[in-house]
Amino acid sequence: MAKMTLEELRKLREKAQRSIRSRESAEDDIHLTIGMGTSGIAAGAKDTLAALMAEIEKHAELSVSVRQTGGLGLEHAEPTIEVRVPGMPVIIYGKVTPDVARQIVQKHLINKELVDEHIYDRPASDLIGPDANK
Amino acid sequence: MAYAQYCLICDGTACNSSQSERIYEQIMKYVYDHDLEKTCQVVKTGCFGFCEQGPIVKVLPDEAFYVQVKPEDAADIVREHLLKGRPVSRLIYREKDADSLGAVDKISFYRKQVRVVLRNCGFIDPESIEEYIAREGYQGLEKALFDMTRDEVLAEVEKSGLRGRGGGGFPTGRKWRFSKEVEADQKYVVCNADEGDPGAYMDRSILEGDPHSIIEAMAICGYTVGADRGYVYVRAEYPLAIRRLEKALEQAREYGLLGANILGSDFSFDIEIRLGAGAFVCGEETALLMSIEGERGMPVQRPPYPAVKGLWGKPTVINNVETLGNIPVIITRGGDWFAGLGTETSKGTKVFALTGNVNNSGLIEVPMGITLRDIVFNIGGGIPDGKAFKAVQSGGPSGGMIPAEHLDTPIDYESLAALGSIMGSGGLIVMDEDDSMVDVAKFYLGFTVEESCGKCVPCRVGGRQIEKLLEKFADGEGTPEDLDKMEAIGKTMISGSLCGLGKTAPNPVLSSIKYFRHEYEAAFKKDVAETA
Repeated sequence: MAKMTLEELRKLREKAQRSIRSRESAEDDIHLTIGMGTSGIAAGAKDTLAALMAEIEKHAELSVSVRQTGGLGLEHAEPTIEVRVPGMPVIIYGKVTPDVARQIVQKHLINKELVDEHIYDRPASDLIGPDANK
Repeated sequence: MAYAQYCLICDGTACNSSQSERIYEQIMKYVYDHDLEKTCQVVKTGCFGFCEQGPIVKVLPDEAFYVQVKPEDAADIVREHLLKGRPVSRLIYREKDADSLGAVDKISFYRKQVRVVLRNCGFIDPESIEEYIAREGYQGLEKALFDMTRDEVLAEVEKSGLRGRGGGGFPTGRKWRFSKEVEADQKYVVCNADEGDPGAYMDRSILEGDPHSIIEAMAICGYTVGADRGYVYVRAEYPLAIRRLEKALEQAREYGLLGANILGSDFSFDIEIRLGAGAFVCGEETALLMSIEGERGMPVQRPPYPAVKGLWGKPTVINNVETLGNIPVIITRGGDWFAGLGTETSKGTKVFALTGNVNNSGLIEVPMGITLRDIVFNIGGGIPDGKAFKAVQSGGPSGGMIPAEHLDTPIDYESLAALGSIMGSGGLIVMDEDDSMVDVAKFYLGFTVEESCGKCVPCRVGGRQIEKLLEKFADGEGTPEDLDKMEAIGKTMISGSLCGLGKTAPNPVLSSIKYFRHEYEAAFKKDVAETA
């Protein structure tokens, strides 16, 4: 990427907004976001991620993108994973051990049902996203 | 096949103790009665963080949020909502005082938190500059550089009422103004990321979750005050924060958002990282600057303040990570928007690291003016194992203990100071009935004694002496005179120490004596206790 001018920054923002929105509405692919701050990692997020990837690999039919983010503020419930499956509400899972990660793939991604006992809520509404009240 | 509806029943500790299990059974029963089990999945969840209004039931995808649900409400929820799609309005949560949060009342809805500084944490991939840009990233810098004069940017920051989040609470706009008004051939912007309070991890989480917001804020500050160089002083114990910040700096340079002629303007700015070795005193601004200069980190007398005479004798704005995290939003939305949050003297939000004996520990961001009760019992979900709340310790080793009778105090800089504590950087440690206040005071004082740089007498000697006296109490050997002595030395430290470390170190001791004097008295030497 070459150094941008003001125009280029604005264009890039538009493009990036579109791509983030297509993820937010989970139009096609499944999007998973795992909290990988220091506390998430300390709670085992790396093992969870490994288990998740291994389980996803067993299911070639799934089109899944996995990304990382910082802490959500649910430190008591880490590791956390946000799951966006087309046609289903956005769900945040907490206390996701490798075993729970495998259940999420099996139940949520494949059977399209929620995994009991592990759902949490985002602690605050989004200030910026498309649903925010400005 | 996918379900059309999901009925979520909160099974967190608090909701569980108010019959959420029974609600679950009842809802399941009606779901089966009406043959809904194939289209509606009923699930138990973790805590939704709104325990005061529990038990909570939530129906998706409608986002209906039911509060204070009773088992007998199950029939209505199933027959009306799940079956006929008509939300049960009497159970839906409504903000009692919809205007209480001013400009953002709609954002708050049922949640007690408002995430301004943490707006991107947990949303974006911190290693992707494009995701940051997508979420209004670098829009503040763009607006400052191309649509605003330096005076206009400063005016917005002053209007916002933003105060330093590192502990002192000094108005950020005024700091910037001091620096801007000095004529100098070189000025600096420094980000203080030397977070050292035990239990506090606000700054780490921001750097790990949203590093670009700090880069953008520093560039805006540089433009405003006329600085072209910045330093982030971060402790070496934060390897992940450092790595992500390094990556973000590289990306920003590559995209032309740092370096010469940013976005084609005539403003140039770049940032370097300086690693601290983890000395607590280096969070004090003058000691921090000494450390950046390569000297031993020790505070020096102020004035002159760093804003006028700082790094290598040049005007230097030093802002804490969280303070800076607010800046891009203040520029894009305006100072008035920001000032619509919070209290008369303390605007905006504050990030707290809520830890200790509380069910839902975590990093929270709340509007100034929220009560401690809301934090501990709503967001925090109360005390584990049904134990009683004893105190909350705010501000880390520099703060004080706040007892139950002050739980309803709206939190801001002034109210916490009036209670003998401080806002500090934002640690909140909850203690239950089993915690000994003498032990807690001893722990914190031991920390500051260890971390004292030893330069001034009140801090170096006073801290050590109080610590010795506290040990007597810990061994049940205290006397009434010892108690008086601790108070006298503490007051001397507050008035006589050179920097904030010594001035605040006695707070845990003095506040615990003030509110929990009986615990000290219970630790009097036996014969003293009998005669007294």
